[in-house]
Amino acid sequence: MEQNGIIELFTYAILVFVGVLAGLSTLLTIAEKLLIDYGVCEIDINAGERILQVEGGQTLLSALIENEIYIPSACGGQGSCGYCKMTVLAGGGPVLPTETPFLTRKEVREGVRLACQVKVRENIISKIPEEMLNVKLFNTVVESTRSLTHDMKEIRLKLIEPPEISFRVGQYAQIQAPSPDGPVFRAYSISSPVYEPNVVELGVRLIPGGIGSTYLHNLQVGDQAIFTGPYGDFRLNEDPEVEIICVGGGAGMSPMKNIIYSLYHEWPDRSCWLFFGCRTTKDIFYLEEYQELAKKHPNFKVIYALSDPLGPDEKWDGETGFIHLAVDKYLEAGRKRQAFLCGPPPMIDAVMDVLADKGLAEQDIFYDKF
Amino acid sequence: MSETSALIILIAAIFTNNILLSNFLGMCSFLACSRQIPTAAGLGVAVTFVLAGTTALNYVIYYYLLAPLGLEHLQFIVFIAVIAAFVQFVEMFVERFSPRLYYALGIFLPLITVNCAILGASLFMVTRNYSFTQSIGFGFGAGIGFALAIILMAGLRKKMTYSNIPKPFQGVAIVMIITGVMAMAFMGFAGMVNIQ
Repeated sequence: MEQNGIIELFTYAILVFVGVLAGLSTLLTIAEKLLIDYGVCEIDINAGERILQVEGGQTLLSALIENEIYIPSACGGQGSCGYCKMTVLAGGGPVLPTETPFLTRKEVREGVRLACQVKVRENIISKIPEEMLNVKLFNTVVESTRSLTHDMKEIRLKLIEPPEISFRVGQYAQIQAPSPDGPVFRAYSISSPVYEPNVVELGVRLIPGGIGSTYLHNLQVGDQAIFTGPYGDFRLNEDPEVEIICVGGGAGMSPMKNIIYSLYHEWPDRSCWLFFGCRTTKDIFYLEEYQELAKKHPNFKVIYALSDPLGPDEKWDGETGFIHLAVDKYLEAGRKRQAFLCGPPPMIDAVMDVLADKGLAEQDIFYDKF
Repeated sequence: MSETSALIILIAAIFTNNILLSNFLGMCSFLACSRQIPTAAGLGVAVTFVLAGTTALNYVIYYYLLAPLGLEHLQFIVFIAVIAAFVQFVEMFVERFSPRLYYALGIFLPLITVNCAILGASLFMVTRNYSFTQSIGFGFGAGIGFALAIILMAGLRKKMTYSNIPKPFQGVAIVMIITGVMAMAFMGFAGMVNIQ
């Protein structure tokens, strides 16, 4: 009897508790349906150039991705990279505290927002640079991989769908890499020249623990990969009289390779310097290819410099010291030039100073700091 | 107890039996969200809403579901579940109608769930044998009391920005001391109305 009573009590307790929980979750689900229903909202891009009908309640970034507009975003919409900046003229609500660290006062005044933090609650009027509207998502397979140095790998991706990419020199792609928190995008410069539209080649340095580089280094021939692109605002001067200066450091070679090969494809006699800084002979790559190219195009000059002292078994008859010193040594002031820099921030800053001394205007210098 | 009107209990819960200043419940969000008056007011309103709503809901569940079945011992876990669901609801509501407040409250909005003042009010309701209207009065009053205390504190902290506080007392320390002084000041209301 006593035991029956206890069993009954337990059964009731479990039933009641489960019942209460079920009731509460039902109520919450209904509330969510009623409260979070924003209906279909319109996103107007560039004053009526495109008008999207999207489901309300999601973020602007995911609404745009759904409609195949790929705003750059490296963190996957967590509001930690600050790449997905775009102008929202109306309907975005107030600027949120999660955005303020990434926006300057001027940007806030102009209505710049982080697309991943803006929720679509009503019709939105926005402005997106024309170039970003051309960004597409590409499905590819790995065509080949090759080790360049002990930690650099060259990866060639063959485009499947769409089969061709049209990009400018020095632009970059965002590779989708898996991570514990879902897919993330990581930016890599395209190193293949612009006249090879069916292939995208990347030079990737392995960073221990890095999500993107670990994923890319582990890719095998035949594996599938996805990227969006092209992004970037490098613009090559079309005037053949203008000399091109490329300065790279460490892993910052991809845009240089792209620029140089594209350049000599179009202007075989154009004058161009490549300065590349690495630490030791172990870090040198592509030097033979460039020397080969320089034989065909006498106006192409290649300078590699090693910043670390030579080891006992190393042989090197080129430049030593930091790369900005080599730039300073070889370039004479006064010529019309355009420069492309890619490398670690201290290198970029040092080279910028040298180039300013040589008479380059700020708008003629493009750089990628990483 | 049963003859005290709901209005008296409401007033008592605000002044003489302020849940924060006489029971010292809900201190964590009180300390953390009392830096700015708008945030404090937002949290105060949200807590008031949750308190009034959950005491009413918990009253119904306790007296019409748990008590008849002899399951009073389930009150803690059931109350907590109700509170958690209710806070979820408030969260959706605030996000929908005031995203700015939603982000200003940040983590403290979901943390209302574990604000001891909320569970405390539901448990007081049971131990003090309140009727349904009295429970709503108490829940609502306790919420207003919390809101009043946190807004007052936010005002004081704003004023303190320009005062010369000795170094060892800066930050939370001085806030705790002021809370104590406020609690003593609220004792001045004792005798106005009287509930257990």
